[in-house]
Amino acid sequence: MTERRLRLIEPPTTPPPPTPPVRRAAPRRRVRVAVLFAVLVVGTVLVSLLSAGSGQFDVPLGQVVGSVLHHVGVGGSSLDRFAEATLWEVRFPRVVMALVVGCLLGASGALMQGIFGNPLAEPGVVGVSSGAAVGACLSIVFGWGFLGAFTTPALAFVTGLLTTLLVYVLSRSGGRSEVVTLILTGVAVNAVAGAVIAFLTFLSDQSSREQIVFWQLGSLAGSRWVYVYSLLPLAVAGFLVAGVLAKRLDLLALGDRQARHLGVRVEALRMVSVVVVALMVSAAVSYAGIIGFVGLVVPHLVRMVAGPGHRVLVPASALAGALLLGGADLVARTLFRFADLPIGALTALVGGPFFFWLLLRTRRRAGGWL
Amino acid sequence: MSVRAHEVSVVVDGKSLLDSVSLALEAGEVLALVGPNGAGKSTLLDVLAGDRKPDGGAVELCGKPLRGWSTLEQARRRAVLPQQNSVAFPFTCAEVVRMGRAPWEGTDADQHDDVEVATAFELTGTAGFADRPFTSLSGGERALVALARVLAQRTDVLLLDEPTAALDLRHQERVLGIARERADDGCGVLAVLHDLGLAAAHADRIAVLAGGSLAAVGVPAEICTADLLSEVYQHPVEVFPHPRTGRPVVLPHREENRR
Repeated sequence: MTERRLRLIEPPTTPPPPTPPVRRAAPRRRVRVAVLFAVLVVGTVLVSLLSAGSGQFDVPLGQVVGSVLHHVGVGGSSLDRFAEATLWEVRFPRVVMALVVGCLLGASGALMQGIFGNPLAEPGVVGVSSGAAVGACLSIVFGWGFLGAFTTPALAFVTGLLTTLLVYVLSRSGGRSEVVTLILTGVAVNAVAGAVIAFLTFLSDQSSREQIVFWQLGSLAGSRWVYVYSLLPLAVAGFLVAGVLAKRLDLLALGDRQARHLGVRVEALRMVSVVVVALMVSAAVSYAGIIGFVGLVVPHLVRMVAGPGHRVLVPASALAGALLLGGADLVARTLFRFADLPIGALTALVGGPFFFWLLLRTRRRAGGWL
Repeated sequence: MSVRAHEVSVVVDGKSLLDSVSLALEAGEVLALVGPNGAGKSTLLDVLAGDRKPDGGAVELCGKPLRGWSTLEQARRRAVLPQQNSVAFPFTCAEVVRMGRAPWEGTDADQHDDVEVATAFELTGTAGFADRPFTSLSGGERALVALARVLAQRTDVLLLDEPTAALDLRHQERVLGIARERADDGCGVLAVLHDLGLAAAHADRIAVLAGGSLAAVGVPAEICTADLLSEVYQHPVEVFPHPRTGRPVVLPHREENRR
């Protein structure tokens, strides 16, 4: 006791203890990331094959694999005409659509949380999805087609972008968005967008009304290759930009000023990211409707495993989103026979409570609202 | 000369926060910026760091107007330690400190990344936190890791906003010791300090801000006089030489305890 006290009073001349290696955690995390990606890829492939084989007309998994191999041109064998048609004209477009939309939603959630510096930011929660839906509804109700097949996604993009900018401006101050402000902004935006959509529903004829209702539920029914092909370039463009931005998004976690002091052109980064998020969400929304909470749940789970670095988070969230939505679509199609459940309702059923749990946890951690 | 403010003025809502302040931070010195609350210390630091555009006057960084440098070029020349340090996601301290190397990515300097990060951890004594999430640290620990990030940036100019505010006495000494070492290596270090004793003991020069203008600049012996400080802080202040070192010790005047 005395000895210890004496040592403490002495001026600090003792050499500092040897520094432990700084990057001890890195290799362990790298392994986890590799395992995560492997699991996600294998899982996604499995779910896709399983999903393609299940439905009112079951195709055994082995035959699905055979047909895929045959189409790729590496062996396998073609099935009878009916099975082939079911697989390649009905099931696979839908499966691929689920994967692409899942990718878009997962990645856009991760990006959005990065830009807002807030783990609760999510396209559905803050109203970007419904904002995009307003544009899509407009084009349906008034039968606009001035941009051909891209009219609906383009309009969805315009209103989605406006909504994102609005939420962004309203909910942020000093480089952060407070939880309360963000959620309340989302409530307000969703309310206004909901009202506009309701109004458009009222104005529209029966067939467009049906289309609109389906959207709000979120659905992948009726997916066709044409849709997939027109969605793909948007998705690829979004991913490329997101990949370039990822590292700088890490620095944004320090706050706007700090990021600027580290050489990031914060305003430019924000604007580009906001446009990319709006593009991704609008693309997803215009083909699959409002599918909420994927962008919230997925990045959170990924962060738990792989840490918050965006270079891993964004692509892993995209893959995990694909897996989640692929699985959700399988469930939506097969849970009840002869019933195709709206997938948006399904994800909200799981995502809602998760969101609630996150809110509680955030509040407890921060000792009150952030 | 590393950073120079020339007749800088800042007006917000008709209220003058800085009034024609001229101050130069020389390479190789520790300059302490002191003054009462609301004197404009943080505003001046914001202007010097390029976070706030002055309404009048000009700022130079390394001999060139601040706006003449790109954001990245600025980041390679000066690092800023803000008062508040928070990180939005649970990045580990190792990741946070490594972010300080971001301006050097893709340059020849980035081969020193590992060394600089390790050095910064060692200097601040925070290597033990490397694997812990930044968000799990206490206020003082965060301040030290944030300082490590700033040190890892390896710039010629360091602007530190109250680097000692959240720290205990041992770490206060440590932090200002680091500032001294960097200045001896040729860096210009500007530190906003509240503790006049720390400023008197560690700074080469002290700049006193009061009511948005520069009340005095000079070596500690010139600045630390009872008259000047009592007037600036509007509270009687006592200054006496330290019995061993002779450095001025500054204390508020306190009545003897009458029990």
